[in-house]
Amino acid sequence: MDVIIENLPLYWNGFLRTLFLSAVSGIIALVLGTLLAAARVSPVAALRGFSTVYVEVLRNTPLTIAFFFAAIVLPRLGVKFEQFEIAAIIALSTYTAAFIAEAVRSGVNSVPVGQAEAARSIGMNFGQVLNLIILPQALRTVVPPLINILIALVKNSSVAGAFFVLELFGYGRQLANANGDAVIAVLLGTAFFYLLLTVPLGILASTVERKVAIAR
Amino acid sequence: MSSVLYDVPGPKARRISLIGSIVGSVLILGLLAWIVMTLAQQGIFEGRRWQIFTRADVWMLLANGLSATLSAAALAAVIAFPLGLLLCLLRISDAAIIRIPTRVVLEFLRGMPVVLMMLFVLLGFGTSPFIAVVTGLVLYNSAVFAEIIRAGIQSLPRGQREAGLAIGLTSFKSRMLIELPQAIRRMMPSLVAQMVVLLKDTSLGYIVAYGELLRAVQVMADFLGTQFLFPIFFVAAAIYIAINILVSRLAVWIERRGSKKAAGGVAKAEPEKAEAPVP
Repeated sequence: MDVIIENLPLYWNGFLRTLFLSAVSGIIALVLGTLLAAARVSPVAALRGFSTVYVEVLRNTPLTIAFFFAAIVLPRLGVKFEQFEIAAIIALSTYTAAFIAEAVRSGVNSVPVGQAEAARSIGMNFGQVLNLIILPQALRTVVPPLINILIALVKNSSVAGAFFVLELFGYGRQLANANGDAVIAVLLGTAFFYLLLTVPLGILASTVERKVAIAR
Repeated sequence: MSSVLYDVPGPKARRISLIGSIVGSVLILGLLAWIVMTLAQQGIFEGRRWQIFTRADVWMLLANGLSATLSAAALAAVIAFPLGLLLCLLRISDAAIIRIPTRVVLEFLRGMPVVLMMLFVLLGFGTSPFIAVVTGLVLYNSAVFAEIIRAGIQSLPRGQREAGLAIGLTSFKSRMLIELPQAIRRMMPSLVAQMVVLLKDTSLGYIVAYGELLRAVQVMADFLGTQFLFPIFFVAAAIYIAINILVSRLAVWIERRGSKKAAGGVAKAEPEKAEAPVP
């Protein structure tokens, strides 16, 4: 227990860094993922194809491979990073975007066909159908899965700790190596800070799920 | 579904769409060409860099890494599934004294990064990396399996359980004979999708020094020289992605096959909710 209290500032630093990584990657991934989902349902074949390939490949890539590519392979190819946070954000956001694209797309698919047909029959074009009719309804079904993806993102940001970014996991590992006799306490402390983020988000997800559920 | 979002395209819309396609393709191809050019400038496509793949020992090391990856995934899956089933039964038990602690444990396991659990087992209990990887995967995935099966049971119509109890089955027997078989069948696509996640997560073994595929890449790059890093990484990543896509395809295939059979075989439940796998 003493180890945790002594190193509370370190934990706190790591916690803030984890929060920062997750927030920035989450925002980029949300934007990128929504664009990919829109491309996936668009009338333009090239965009559909690109989006399909992107989602298929990234979803089936282990996150560690994405990190390895961003943090170790890219610098060898001449893309140098001042800070490895940038590599971590690239890996996390491109990886998570694929999952967000899938969630948004399945949300779009969950809106009954009649909605789009009715919108088109009163003369709306593709952009109007998507923006005014489909997406507002799709977002309600999509919010809980999106929160679950963000929870996974918070947990996934721990991989950054192994690729030269000192966040919660990175500090946890450092402390565990420094305090060989109190490894279990140190790592339970790290776990506690992760749960501080993931458990409230999980409760939020189930609350939102109940609140926005549409009776169909 | 996507076709209902817009009208059947007329000549004008088709022309615009064609132009869009061409412009889009040119942009995407341009991006690819730029990447290839940049790589070529780094000398990535020189033959000597790829000649290492004519050596048998390189393939041997890759094969060793791959078999380490697959064996950890297979063992973890085989243990995690029955454990998940057990956790699910405890989680939906009628007795609050069993249900609530199980729920807390499940929340705890699902809320933690897998790599942290692996490190915990590795350092906390001083096990070998292999055991740490498998234990981490088992702990996390059994909790996820439990939640998936529970969602399956809850999606069944209430009448299934009521009918089971009405003909005199005990609560446990109704779960085992009536609900679980249907729930597992309904949730088969999600379960296989979770298998893909499990397989992907074996790559976290890299972090706890388990000699899986990615670690093999690192070892070879250190040993043969970093100019070979990209070729070896490229091949290893391709292997990983190909295997995962195969297993994902299996999930889609099972889903199609299941939905065909389900028409007569399994009790109809509410329409599927939008479900997407979680990274």
